[in-house]
Amino acid sequence: MFGPTLDRLAAPKFFYPFAGRLLPWLGTLAAVLLLLGAGWGLAVAPADYQQGDSYRIMFIHVPAAWLSMLTYMVMAGGAFVFLVWRIKLADMLAKTCAPLGAAFTALTLVTGSLWGKPMWGTWWAWDARLTSELVLLFLYLGLIALRGAIDEPQRAGRATALLALVGVVNIPIIHFSVEWWNTLHQPASLTRMAGPAIHPAMLTPLLLMIAGFTVYFVAVLLQRMRCEILEREQQARWLTELDAP
Amino acid sequence: MLELRDLAAVRSNTLLFRRVSLLLHAGEALRVTGPNGAGKTTLLRMICGLTEPARGEVAWDGTPIGTLGDEYRARLAFLGHQEGHFGDLTAAENLRLAGHNVAPDAVVAALELVGLGTLADQPARFLSQGQRRRLGLARVRLRAAPLWILDEPLTGLDRQGVELTAHLLAEHLADGGLAVLTTHQDLPGLDDVLRQLDLGA
Amino acid sequence: MIGQVFRRELLLAWRRPGDTLLPLTFFIIVGSLFPLGVGAEPALLRSIGPGAVWIAAVLATLLGLPRLFAADQHGGALEQLLLSPAPLALLVAVKVLAQWLTSGLPLALAAPVLALGFGLDFRDLGVLLAGLLLGTPLLNLLGAISAALTLGLRGGGALLGLLVLPLYVPVLIFGSGAVQAAALGFGAGANLSLLAAMLVLAVVFAPWATAAALRISLD
Repeated sequence: MFGPTLDRLAAPKFFYPFAGRLLPWLGTLAAVLLLLGAGWGLAVAPADYQQGDSYRIMFIHVPAAWLSMLTYMVMAGGAFVFLVWRIKLADMLAKTCAPLGAAFTALTLVTGSLWGKPMWGTWWAWDARLTSELVLLFLYLGLIALRGAIDEPQRAGRATALLALVGVVNIPIIHFSVEWWNTLHQPASLTRMAGPAIHPAMLTPLLLMIAGFTVYFVAVLLQRMRCEILEREQQARWLTELDAP
Repeated sequence: MLELRDLAAVRSNTLLFRRVSLLLHAGEALRVTGPNGAGKTTLLRMICGLTEPARGEVAWDGTPIGTLGDEYRARLAFLGHQEGHFGDLTAAENLRLAGHNVAPDAVVAALELVGLGTLADQPARFLSQGQRRRLGLARVRLRAAPLWILDEPLTGLDRQGVELTAHLLAEHLADGGLAVLTTHQDLPGLDDVLRQLDLGA
Repeated sequence: MIGQVFRRELLLAWRRPGDTLLPLTFFIIVGSLFPLGVGAEPALLRSIGPGAVWIAAVLATLLGLPRLFAADQHGGALEQLLLSPAPLALLVAVKVLAQWLTSGLPLALAAPVLALGFGLDFRDLGVLLAGLLLGTPLLNLLGAISAALTLGLRGGGALLGLLVLPLYVPVLIFGSGAVQAAALGFGAGANLSLLAAMLVLAVVFAPWATAAALRISLD
């Protein structure tokens, strides 16, 4: 249906070794990108003229924020595929993404808070991005809670998939409304977190970090999916019983 | 004509049954038996279209029920473990507002038929289990649908109620209807006519 | 068919006035907690007023959400609903409409009364009412999805709340924002239009998503 290659890939039997072969490469690539990016960003890039050295947390904060959104998109994609085509691997993908996304979102919030403290003097400022991320965290937690509350695996997968899709439709609306809310309440003179522009010397390490985080995400995703496959194989003896003579 | 094609059911990672295939014609009734947990209710729900089979499909007059959708649902009447009544509505209201157009006389007649004539204005939550079963039977009959799917219809019924159910079922089959039911009790007058499916085997 | 479901819902709500009035009572109580919590200084109350009333409305709606499918589920009538030949999304829409008429609409109408306790102007009360008339059906529609997903689960109301509150954020922002904008002289038009747009989208999509959720929950 997607062509023979993707069809084969969707079968856990083939996905497991395939992911296993990719993992060492992805892991190494992620490590290289992250070390390079972190080293450059933390040591080599110049200090910001406004914020001094404290801006450097941006090298973790921005990639984490990017990943928190990317994870949701990937998860929503998996949810859609699972609901429409019933491909179990897609459900495993969605299931694996939720805690990962929550972790990235939490990281975004923590680093955002750490960044905000020297800038605004408070541990939390209700700026548009952080507030959006907070709501995103609640969306992730809701997905994790829902899956945990349903015993029947079939219902759990489909219910969380539906919730993920409802969420993905609402994310732009929520984001827009939070931006709206922010302009209504914050004076325009407040500096945006990203600063008016990013100096090119800071841009490259930032991109390296974003790339590194993304590769890391893919690696962790594949690894956890392999674990999920093993777990489900253990529980799904019925698969063999179904076709036994 | 109801067709079960290679049905299999999985619940909580356990295989309940597989390779269930059957063809049921007008005027025929299927009695599903099996030990507790064998999947009898699951099978009935599959035939209704409430539960998706792990494998196989259910077809009505040759077309899979998934494709038929609302058309199929118009042709079936389901009576589950829980009869589907609203406790706060009276017996008569439950029948009148069950979702299809019925004349008030028909409601009264149906209640009389199942022996609930005097309880027409009783809120359903005050009815005994047997009485609720009878009310459910009345609703199924009023639906005038060709396929009856009854899950343990005889639970809580006294001998009179059992005979009533058997009588109504026989009438339905004689009219060209079909029925699928689960029960371990005997249905007087019908036991030879019923086709059997044992899920424990 | 549809008409019968609608009549049935209204009849059921009428027979259980307590259930229907509970969200309204809760609304007043929660709204009254705000001055108790932050102090009764008039300027402060006027500034938190719109938000407080909206938050109370959100929480009161949340309280009533499980009731949408509870009666059906309890007696097995939910299966009957799923097995009816009419489109499930339409039946769901009718149920939500009935619920709004019996609990959402009273909330919206009672809101100006509560808002007087916060010292809001009459003009702002009008905006508050308009916003809630648009917002409460929105809350019911979105809440129905969550109610259908969490049918019969442990964690019940709290889980339902966790799932739906993020979806309520825009409603709260625009609804409360409308009153605040009006109070500042900017006019409530923009906020109310956004609410209206969301309502239209919700009327089209939410019953359909709720129907899908019901089928999943009853599989």
